[in-house]
Amino acid sequence: MQELEIVAPRRRRLVLPHGGALGGTLLSLVLLVLFNLVATPHFTSLQTLYVNLTQVTTIVIVAVGMTMVIATGGIDLSVGSLMAISGALAPLIFAGKLLGIGPGPLADGLAFVLPVLVAMGFGCFNGWLVARFRIQPIVATLVLFIAGRGIAQVMTNGNLQAFHNAAFHTLGLGRVLGVPIQVWLMATVVGIATWVIARTLYGRQLLAVGGNEAAARLAGLPVGRIKILVYAVSGLLSGIAGLIVIAINSSSDANLVGLGMELDAIAAVAVGGTALTGGRASIIGTLLGALIIQLLRYTLLSHGIPDAAALVVKAAVILVAVYIQQVRRAP
Amino acid sequence: MGDEILLSMTGITKSFSGVMALKDAGLTVARGEVLGLIGQNGAGKSTLLKVLTGALARDRGTVRFEGAVVDFRTPQDAQAGGIAAIYQEINLVPLRSVAENIFLGREPRRWGLIDWRRMNSQAAQLLGQFDIRVDVRQPLNQFNTATQQMVAIARAIGQRSRLVVMDEPTSSLDDREVAVLFDVIRQLKARGIGVIFVSHRLDELYAVCDRVTVMRDGMTVADQPMASIGKLELVASMLGRSLEEVKQFGATAFHEDFAPRAAKVLEVAGLKSAPRVAAVDLDVREGEIVGLAGLLGSGRTETARAIFGIDRAQAGTIRFGGLQTGFRSAQDAIRAGIGFCSEDRKTEGIVPDMSVRDNLTLALLPQLTRHGVIDQIRQREIVDRLVKRLGIRLASADQKIRELSGGNQQKVLLARWLCMQPRLLILDEPTRGIDVAAKAEIQGLIRELARDGLGVLMISSELEELTEGCHRVRVLRDGRSVAAFDHEQATEHAIMNAMAHGPAEVSHAGA
Repeated sequence: MQELEIVAPRRRRLVLPHGGALGGTLLSLVLLVLFNLVATPHFTSLQTLYVNLTQVTTIVIVAVGMTMVIATGGIDLSVGSLMAISGALAPLIFAGKLLGIGPGPLADGLAFVLPVLVAMGFGCFNGWLVARFRIQPIVATLVLFIAGRGIAQVMTNGNLQAFHNAAFHTLGLGRVLGVPIQVWLMATVVGIATWVIARTLYGRQLLAVGGNEAAARLAGLPVGRIKILVYAVSGLLSGIAGLIVIAINSSSDANLVGLGMELDAIAAVAVGGTALTGGRASIIGTLLGALIIQLLRYTLLSHGIPDAAALVVKAAVILVAVYIQQVRRAP
Repeated sequence: MGDEILLSMTGITKSFSGVMALKDAGLTVARGEVLGLIGQNGAGKSTLLKVLTGALARDRGTVRFEGAVVDFRTPQDAQAGGIAAIYQEINLVPLRSVAENIFLGREPRRWGLIDWRRMNSQAAQLLGQFDIRVDVRQPLNQFNTATQQMVAIARAIGQRSRLVVMDEPTSSLDDREVAVLFDVIRQLKARGIGVIFVSHRLDELYAVCDRVTVMRDGMTVADQPMASIGKLELVASMLGRSLEEVKQFGATAFHEDFAPRAAKVLEVAGLKSAPRVAAVDLDVREGEIVGLAGLLGSGRTETARAIFGIDRAQAGTIRFGGLQTGFRSAQDAIRAGIGFCSEDRKTEGIVPDMSVRDNLTLALLPQLTRHGVIDQIRQREIVDRLVKRLGIRLASADQKIRELSGGNQQKVLLARWLCMQPRLLILDEPTRGIDVAAKAEIQGLIRELARDGLGVLMISSELEELTEGCHRVRVLRDGRSVAAFDHEQATEHAIMNAMAHGPAEVSHAGA
């Protein structure tokens, strides 16, 4: 030892593991809940809880994928369009229009699996553009943002597909232990993603690529593969979210499924405190961010504020969240 | 020089989440004075300067500038107040022209539009004062680091700064460029501008500074006229040790009798890799440290990159461990048993926001993984062992690596490769920008590794490191191998000659 080193035990500034940003997010959520407890009638009813939970699941599921993409320093604009593709495919499959397999358990099973795999395949395509051709992610995923919804519309001739399907009915409205199935699904996705980020090789490499791509490459990380996989995961999760949306509605409209989802997801990530510059990922933060966005929408709606005005408030909240991040990061 | 005090900082205290970075530190600069600021990495130099320029808020202490108490909240505040900072990484806009960079934010205008003609002529004039003649309409990134630095200085002068802070301005300059910079510093001095000059190179401090302030452990430990303090004394006060100890420390001889083994671990012949490498031959045996010398642009780094598989070789052969190879990616090279520490710690080495633990095991991680899950217990063991072995100083392995000093970051990067147990380690400027003590530690460590049988290819711009730290030195010029010296022949003079003139002169002129 050549020198005296000042070593002090590291203190945790906040109780929460992710420190400042997450604390702020949680605080906002608590404030929002408190406000509703006072000002919104029937807020404490189970009905309200279910409405909010079922509406937030798709945002959360897509935003988890978005968090991982953003952690690599990228972004995925195509999520909403991939939801539409997945949502358009499923009814075609279980109705036998696409594969010729008649209605039945096999067709139902395929209707769950294939659309998700197709969405994942499109996600791989996004990743391939980003990794192989070094196209900026915002441009690469813009391709499917535009084309994806078109593909969905072509598949359905632009028609609304209303359907009655027991399996999808269960996904949309069924409950296990009193909790909606899609909420279980959401919890599983959040749990797995949190574990992947915290404990697995892939999680670590994801953050390394986003934190310093050149260093990751020199340390021998398969940067291209890591990126392709992350867009594939984002596509897969979008596919699942697309199925949930059509299951809740018992109909699929390629013009509407997942419309504007990319912005909700990015907003959830930003509000949740994941830096948009990459290298960090807070899945729990994203969950809280999505809850805030959903609750905000519900609050405004239940107080009779029109949707258009609600958008402005949403934008303001995002602005505030990003501002808080900037302040916290300043030296 | 005027004795009038330009800047005085007293009792500056700053702590980061409980760790004291500055304890009652301070410094003073008189008008027209060049103050050298020196200290080991982590001694608090950068923190003190950041407090001065408003990039960091202090906890306690007073800053007086031109007689008045000031409290700059942001670097912009400080700039407007007359203090300009010129950093190692130049914070200008690379794609805009030289003139635009000099006048950024205060462009001369006519009728609301930028007066390009006036801006260009004024920029040329400003640079001309320092004998820098360049086309100021060219984008900044067309010029080398040295010129970019001059642009930053010209910008500071254009803003009528009274104090210029230079944080390791010479670390990426060659000798000629350093001489030009020193001329400029002397001109600043003549105009009554104060300069704070941070460098790890003692010779530079003696060449250009009037006074020196030494920092250690967040405190100011010495403040003396440059002429009244000897080199050893200076090093001693940096390290906090007695003069006798330092004398012994400096005397660690390289030439111990450990001979490299016979087996060649790396053989490169006729290597060509566009655009910089034309024809390079070299070889490294097990247990041998081979130095790779050459001026900036001679193709040293590019040679390393081609060997490591990052750049493609167009011609020539690379044999590793006796087998002919042509690694297509860093992954291939790593798998075969090569490690590569880039010269640019910040942009190609550390992942700043990640913990020391994850940074250290970044390359090893796949081997610490079962079914995709990291074995955190083994990871911890390996990290703890290497932290101890390399003497990496940190509060906790969970700490973000960017919080460590440069020397300790470099040790973590070395450890990243050591835990892979490579057969060949390529080090590109391993001690650049690192303080004297950490440098000696790292050099000692490299020798120790070689003694254990590791082959080392070390790129260095420091002649001393090449003459004293290498078994053999290979010199490149314009992408070609032009000379090779054994340890005994490798004098500074011989190496410099070969770097400058190539083989013919060397063989005749001798050393």
